[in-house]
Amino acid sequence: MNFDDTPQEAAFRETARKWVEANAPKELEAELSKSSLGRIRLAKHDIVDVGKAWQKKKFEGNWACLHWPKEYGGRGATPIERVIWQQEEGVFGKLTQPFQIGEGMCGPTVMAWGSEDAKRRYLPKLAAGEEIWCQLFSEPSAGSDVAGLRTRAEKKGDNWIINGQKIWTSGAHYSDYGLLIARTDPNVPKHKGLTMFFLDMKSPGVEVRPIKQANGMQEFNEVYFTDVEIPDSQRLGAVGEGWSVSLTTLMNERMSIGARLATGVPEMFEFCSNLMLEDGLAIDDPAVCSKLASWAVKSSGLKYTSYRAISALSKGERPGPENSIGKLVSGMMLQDIATYAMDLQGAAGVLTGTDEETVHGQFQQMLLSSPSMRIAGGTDEILRNIIAERVLGLPGDIRVDKDVPYNKIPTKGR
Amino acid sequence: MNFDFSDDQKQLRDQARKFLAEKCSPKAVRVVLDGKAPYDSELWKGLAEMGFLGVAIPEEFGGAGAGHLELCVIAEEMGRANAPVPFSSTVYLAAEALLIAGSDAQKKEWLPAIASGEAIGTLALFEGKGNPSPKNIKLTASNGVLNGVKKPVADGAIANFAVVAARTGSSGRDSDVSLFLVDLKAGGVEMRGLTNLDPTRGQAEITFKDCKAEPLGAAGEGWSILTQVLDRAAVLCAFEQVGGADRALEMGRDYALDRIAFGRQIGSFQAVKHMLADMYVSATLARSNSYYGAWALSTNAAELPEAAAAARISATQAFQHCAKNNIQVHGGMGFTWEFDCHMYYRRANAMALGLGSLSYWEDQLIDRMRKKNAA
Repeated sequence: MNFDDTPQEAAFRETARKWVEANAPKELEAELSKSSLGRIRLAKHDIVDVGKAWQKKKFEGNWACLHWPKEYGGRGATPIERVIWQQEEGVFGKLTQPFQIGEGMCGPTVMAWGSEDAKRRYLPKLAAGEEIWCQLFSEPSAGSDVAGLRTRAEKKGDNWIINGQKIWTSGAHYSDYGLLIARTDPNVPKHKGLTMFFLDMKSPGVEVRPIKQANGMQEFNEVYFTDVEIPDSQRLGAVGEGWSVSLTTLMNERMSIGARLATGVPEMFEFCSNLMLEDGLAIDDPAVCSKLASWAVKSSGLKYTSYRAISALSKGERPGPENSIGKLVSGMMLQDIATYAMDLQGAAGVLTGTDEETVHGQFQQMLLSSPSMRIAGGTDEILRNIIAERVLGLPGDIRVDKDVPYNKIPTKGR
Repeated sequence: MNFDFSDDQKQLRDQARKFLAEKCSPKAVRVVLDGKAPYDSELWKGLAEMGFLGVAIPEEFGGAGAGHLELCVIAEEMGRANAPVPFSSTVYLAAEALLIAGSDAQKKEWLPAIASGEAIGTLALFEGKGNPSPKNIKLTASNGVLNGVKKPVADGAIANFAVVAARTGSSGRDSDVSLFLVDLKAGGVEMRGLTNLDPTRGQAEITFKDCKAEPLGAAGEGWSILTQVLDRAAVLCAFEQVGGADRALEMGRDYALDRIAFGRQIGSFQAVKHMLADMYVSATLARSNSYYGAWALSTNAAELPEAAAAARISATQAFQHCAKNNIQVHGGMGFTWEFDCHMYYRRANAMALGLGSLSYWEDQLIDRMRKKNAA
């Protein structure tokens, strides 16, 4: 048992470190280190512009999408090399936020299901940060039950005509391409009538509208499709095979092992170490101490769970299912921590201003943003189902709509 | 990075699991549970023959000379099997205290006897209510003679010797505490078994009356040695707890697959699935924290105090959580004496107190994290 790199890993790390050292935008380091929760905001720059510049530099230095094959813009790196790269890229990895959906989900789907022409045309530009991709899966009435989606695709000559609405699309307003799943046959059971496409987001009939969220911010979009034409050559997989294609995308979503999720624990520890209560420092209070300790061991448990997964990668093994717990644990913890930090602030906890008394409103912001952590990318309930079914081997839910044609499934509760 | 046990260590784990599945069935555990024997002496002999009792004891003192990582994998299996033997008191507490502070003669006297299964040892620390603290030690030692009462002492009624924490000063500092080694079969000692939550691991009261004892470690060093012993034991116990948590989770999962209600497997109801998924989450976090503790223990790293506290807290919570919800998954059957669920529930809650309670270790963890941050 040790935390050392193998000689090859150490050599790779050294190369990566030197490159980052020589090329990263050092002037942004302090600002990037501070923003640990939610979307990155930079005082003087637009994240997309700075991100594109960093991605381009990485691409030229052969560090972009490095686990992809070389012919599609990657480096052909091993999974463990990808993890080491992420560790060395450090806070500058936050600049790649606009490309994460493309790199993590859309790219791998095109790679698995696209034609050779499509792969050569789109993947290198995605890797270079020249073209940004978004994912168009969720709909207002199809969230966890994404196979229940309604957006229609109808064949007309060599084209498909799209009508419908998608929601929760991160980055749709600055994306060049979108990965779209739509219903091509409503007369068969829901999973069987879906087909996957990709489209130019500038196509006529595509309208992107920002959503004002519960926390007052606008980070996601609704995307409306009115008679949008997509050539049949932009179909991924066979007609009716869309569900299988979507699984490639979603599987990749859950493979992000190197990614460190925010837990709120370091912020809370610092807060309690400095907060004066009536009887002394908060951290000296046994009740505070007990809560802090429980959160600290969850946070360290997640860290060492990811180390176990990295160790498996290092040995060339597939990591076990342990890593599926990360978002489930950290999402709930963020919400609990925010609530308790405000409780310790007493009456002033209600204030959302950025003054000293409420530590710049960081926990108030955490409270208002944390519900999304428990929903986006799989709700807590879906994640528990996944653990129960795929890890523990418990039976799947009884699905009353399984063998029913899609257009016969009830659409209203009452 | 290789944050995992080696193939040899995993093989040892498999070997221990197979051995315990054969020699330590729930039926065998019940002999002790029902009070028909104070511990499973046949199993104890078997563990000695397998070399498990002395796995971390150096060869020169009759052990296998392997190491603490090997002891961790065996501990996990002991917890999984709910083994009714004085393993933790003898191996994690008494043997570790001797390894840390014993003189060559003391090691020669007791360590080979532990490895061979001839001697059961324990740590006599607590005196009634309260957590580990120099203030709570009232038993006195003067001129090598002990007077006072210790309780609860784990496996105290069946032990051959004890490491005893005694007060040797009154300055109000940690240096008021010294450790002594007592042969419990000699005079001046009265041992009385006490009823407790987990009858598969005995608890006792030991009265020392003008009892002759030899010092273990230097005078005034007792508290510092004890702190090290408790940290080591915290990691080793965490592995037992992780083993117990995993077994409780498995029992719950198996029952959810077998039991039919409302015309379907109860494991198909989300209320049950989600309860089991949460048990998996706790058990996984505990395992990962315990691995870190194992690394710190095996390398004697500066991180050991913090790592031990984190492993202790995480594993205590996980075992309690899994044992409690295993009963819930079983419903009424889980509340019968006949089903094994209560054995893990008892063990989980007894272990949560044995080295000091959860709140004590939470306090320790935060204290140690602060010291690290300040440094």
